[in-house]
Amino acid sequence: MPGPRVALFITCLVDMFRPSVGFATVKLLTDAGCDVEVPDAQTCCGQPAWNSGDTATARDIARQVIDAFEGYDHVVVPSGSCGATIAKDYSEMFDADDPWRARAAALGAKTHEITSFLTDVLGVMSVPVAAPVSVTYHDSCSGLRSLGVQAQPRALLGSVEGLELREMVENNVCCGFGGTFCVKYPDISNVMVGDKTRNIAATGADLVLAGDLGCLMNMAGKASREGRAFKARHVVEVLAGDLDTPAIGDPA
Amino acid sequence: MSLHEPTTPAFKANARRALDDENLQLALRGGRNGFVSKRAAARDKLPEFDDLRDQARDIKNHVLANLDLYLEEYEKKVVESGGHVHWAETAEDARNIVLDICRKADAKIVNKGKTMISEECGINDFLADNGIKPVETDLGEYIIQLRGEVPSHIIAPAIHVTVDQVRADFRKAHTHLPEDRDLTELISLQREARGVLREKYFEAEVGITGANMLIAETGHSVIVTNEGNGDLSQSLPRVHIVMASLEKIVPTLDDASTILRVLARSATGQETAVYNTFSKGPRRAEDPDGPEEYHVILLDNGRSNMLGTEFEEMLRCIRCGACMNHCPVYQSVGGHAYGWVYPGPMGAVLTPSLIGVEQGGQLPNASTFCGRCAEVCPMRIPLPKMMRSWRAREFEKRLTPSAVRQGLGLWAWFAKRPWVYRRATAVGAAALRAMSGSKGRIASLPFAGGWTGQRDFPAPQGGTFMAQWKAGKR
Repeated sequence: MPGPRVALFITCLVDMFRPSVGFATVKLLTDAGCDVEVPDAQTCCGQPAWNSGDTATARDIARQVIDAFEGYDHVVVPSGSCGATIAKDYSEMFDADDPWRARAAALGAKTHEITSFLTDVLGVMSVPVAAPVSVTYHDSCSGLRSLGVQAQPRALLGSVEGLELREMVENNVCCGFGGTFCVKYPDISNVMVGDKTRNIAATGADLVLAGDLGCLMNMAGKASREGRAFKARHVVEVLAGDLDTPAIGDPA
Repeated sequence: MSLHEPTTPAFKANARRALDDENLQLALRGGRNGFVSKRAAARDKLPEFDDLRDQARDIKNHVLANLDLYLEEYEKKVVESGGHVHWAETAEDARNIVLDICRKADAKIVNKGKTMISEECGINDFLADNGIKPVETDLGEYIIQLRGEVPSHIIAPAIHVTVDQVRADFRKAHTHLPEDRDLTELISLQREARGVLREKYFEAEVGITGANMLIAETGHSVIVTNEGNGDLSQSLPRVHIVMASLEKIVPTLDDASTILRVLARSATGQETAVYNTFSKGPRRAEDPDGPEEYHVILLDNGRSNMLGTEFEEMLRCIRCGACMNHCPVYQSVGGHAYGWVYPGPMGAVLTPSLIGVEQGGQLPNASTFCGRCAEVCPMRIPLPKMMRSWRAREFEKRLTPSAVRQGLGLWAWFAKRPWVYRRATAVGAAALRAMSGSKGRIASLPFAGGWTGQRDFPAPQGGTFMAQWKAGKR
């Protein structure tokens, strides 16, 4: 019996900055028996427009994504933030009597963040990998609060042989990335990410993991400027057993 | 210039100043997680807490849908009990009503319990300009009055002040006390403030308080305090003025008790505040004490314009302060940076409603949309969603900065054309990769100084995912 047809929404950041996160996601999905496809007509989920108040552009991009992705069994995203935009925000972009609203809601219902898809939808509760590292996990805001992603990545990390999870204080507090926030309010963003790297460092963990590349680039960039010892990776890299790819912001 | 002149358009500069203010940072860091952990503990002890939040939300939604009826009912009850209700459409109306009552009472000194509505109306400056001395009796309010400041938090007005600063302020202000007195212990500061304020309660002719709620069924006003200062402010003077905004109405005593159950837990993590005081009308013949006159000033000041709009839900707010206590932006810059009366997430939504989005528009932008505020709001107000609605209004009115508009426009042009976008991202990834050399990160990036000023920019790995996938990589 063929597996479910899963469309990968790669996200603009993973596409351009860290394709290895995409390949790790594909590996996890394939290992779980999914038939993974990557629709051509994808760019960005439209969140920058939506959060900047440019509703018309956000709607245009939402229609484009709905068109390209609604034919699949599931849509999986290696990001809680972009995932939440598709799963929760798209239907809010359209008026109640607009036929696009129902299509947006239907797409939203089958769109999932990767760790939540593996555990909540497929029932995958463990991954067959070993990683002798200590990690701390940052709960990225949209994944946590819009999609309820919190226990899922921890459950999967708990199955990684040799991995030790050390929780940081304020693990559910924003890292200060906030999309355009980090360039609109760099001073405040910098203080927030400085608090975050201090909390990460206090755990003594080798790695900070998260489910969103934006937050990770923010934390990794601050940590390298501060000369911190810990490295940053997307959670799927560890789950897929890829610790060979240089960590975020590390030399190739 | 009045202290209440908004500086909201200068939010960025205010924030920069706040981040550089060592005393402020010390004060903010000291209190950072006290409210958070206390609220969490209070919630955990009450299994029905989230159900109560739903009930509280439904109560206020019902009130907002029937506001005119409940306001009329409330007014009727107040009048029946011998009190007076004054309708103030604007802050100026409210100021004039207060002054008129004070003049008729021949007041020289006015005692004040903590009231944010009086801050919104600029009552203190106005009374002082008219020869009447306002005396704040809440300890935090008293401290900032000594310092010539305004509140930086809606329930903890002096949260931006360090204990050392308070010691210095008291020594400067209380010159009638021995210079060599010992103020080392916190309790000695409290005792000193108590001693000074006790005297003042008996001097005032008028007492002004706010109201956490107004009960339509009975005509009661409710104040919630921990110091008892509100009770003394309202029961000792000859005249009691309640200043409240019109959405403070709840239908019944039962409804009030539902809201009280979520209020203290959300605010300070207490099961209940120390004093929950219900007041109604002037002193009756059989009462041992109480004011001879009881006035309620019902302030609109733009709130009725919010009804029926995407900002109506903001009128459910019960001013607990949980949103700002949990806001990482507020925790970083404090309340004064927000530049007007109401700081934090609730201020970011309410301020543009009350002073206009042209003036207040910075505030709903200064959020990462992390959602922690909505997560803890006892009234389930979707604060980030409403901040986004303000951004949409700004975009429609072309108030969004032109650099942002142009950047968005350019990005959108590519994002709507996948094939062009594909080529542009491939070029971009390669170029950034080349800029990083062999380091894997970029220390300085043109047009992104906001980022690279204080953190490195991780470089792309090389080719894009889409190109590699297309080329058959798996």
